[in-house]
Amino acid sequence: MTAPPPALEIRNLAFRYPGGPEVLRDISLTLRRGEKVALVGPNGAGKSTLLLHLNGILRGEGSLRVEGMPLRDENLPAIRARVGLVFQDADDQLFSPTVFEDVAFGPLHMGLPEGEVRRRVREALAQVGMEGYERRLSHHLSAGEKKRIAIATVLSMSPSLLALDEPSAGLDPRARRNLIRLLQDLPLTMLVSTHDMALVAELFPRMVVMDAGRIVADDATAGLLADAAFLEAHGLEAPCLPAAPPRNR
Amino acid sequence: MHFSPFDHYLPRESVLHALEARPKVVATLLFALSVVLLPDGAWMGFLLAWGLLVAASAAGGVGMGYLLKRSLVALPFLLPALSILFTLPGRPLFRLALGPWLLTATESGAVRFLSVLLRSWLSVQAAILLTAVTPFPEVIHALHHLRFPRLIVAVIAFMYRYLFVLGDEALRLLRARQSRSARVDARRGGGTLRWRAGVAGGMAGQLFLRSYERSERVYAAMASRGYRGELLVMHPHALQRRDWLFLLLAAVGLALVQCLGRCL
Repeated sequence: MTAPPPALEIRNLAFRYPGGPEVLRDISLTLRRGEKVALVGPNGAGKSTLLLHLNGILRGEGSLRVEGMPLRDENLPAIRARVGLVFQDADDQLFSPTVFEDVAFGPLHMGLPEGEVRRRVREALAQVGMEGYERRLSHHLSAGEKKRIAIATVLSMSPSLLALDEPSAGLDPRARRNLIRLLQDLPLTMLVSTHDMALVAELFPRMVVMDAGRIVADDATAGLLADAAFLEAHGLEAPCLPAAPPRNR
Repeated sequence: MHFSPFDHYLPRESVLHALEARPKVVATLLFALSVVLLPDGAWMGFLLAWGLLVAASAAGGVGMGYLLKRSLVALPFLLPALSILFTLPGRPLFRLALGPWLLTATESGAVRFLSVLLRSWLSVQAAILLTAVTPFPEVIHALHHLRFPRLIVAVIAFMYRYLFVLGDEALRLLRARQSRSARVDARRGGGTLRWRAGVAGGMAGQLFLRSYERSERVYAAMASRGYRGELLVMHPHALQRRDWLFLLLAAVGLALVQCLGRCL
């Protein structure tokens, strides 16, 4: 019996925008099923661009497989059903007038029958703790609520891989804490781009560091966070541990 | 910080609120059509149409004052119609000297202008009443299920969703400008008109660029969730007896409007 293929397998991926410089160079990355991996690096390192490749929104050179399925035109619908991509700005993700329509968008476009769509919307909202928000208007939600609903919009498609772009950006401490709990409890493979190093330390045993379009490190989080010189060289910083607060002079 | 001048829905419990959205949308469109079809100077018809509107707003628990106030928004659109006053031949009413031109207002021109004014004013009020008693997403839904061209419905839906986001963005830009519009004592601040116009133009450009970029991200978000060029929606709820009853009432009322407008 052969082992099941990895959740995500990228080999030598390169990408440039037409007429622009190379944004991704020689990216190779494998995610085992159920693994939760952080993607860190300075602004402009190519993290978001890489995430947009996972479901074929952007197509570079090189190979990319999701659960063994190569990224090709005929596989696109199947891959988009497996990869749940959550954008950084929830206002981009929530494009329908009501929460229900947004969470139902994915399942409807997967061709599921109506009863199943309704069931999935209910379940996805329950998973993110937003039961009863179906009829709410997206523009009346708080940032934390929008973020959770944005995650629900892809959970309703029952993806096996969740790709989040800066999920904790702009959230207040409580919303951030709720998000961390949510990510902790979701039994999915995850690739999460973030600047929130405390979140990385808390949630992700493995960390991939990108800089200038390349992967410069892919290792255990604890080890990388202990290497202050490495972090500084790539515009990063280890999270502050609780210590005595600085005093005003 | 929220920008929501487009939220017209007044949450109440009324007969009109309880109706399904489709009959309300159909009745509103029929109302507008019926008013537009009334001949010029069919005052009794216009009066009856207005009466129907008053009755409907009373049934919906929406005050006429609210409708009147909101309908003022449509006034600027009547400016082009002013030309009718002077271009139709007929018995002269008064003359107006405008530089080298001498404009003559005619009686038939006045009748037509007033009729145009009433038509648009009544239709706008009907639309305002519709959005006051129906949550806007349901109006969009109804348009979908009434088989309106999908592209137009999609455009309306996106406009509704992103007007708020754009409004917020514009508000932030304005606040950023305000915060830096400082003045030092004894100096005249604010720059020249030309400079300020340039700043405003730059802000409009910013807003356009941001919206353009956002549209690309929204499209990516849609494609990520399986969008392949066709927007799908769920099936509508069933119409109940009261919905049919309302439609019947509306049809009878509007038929009366036509009769009255044409025979009297």
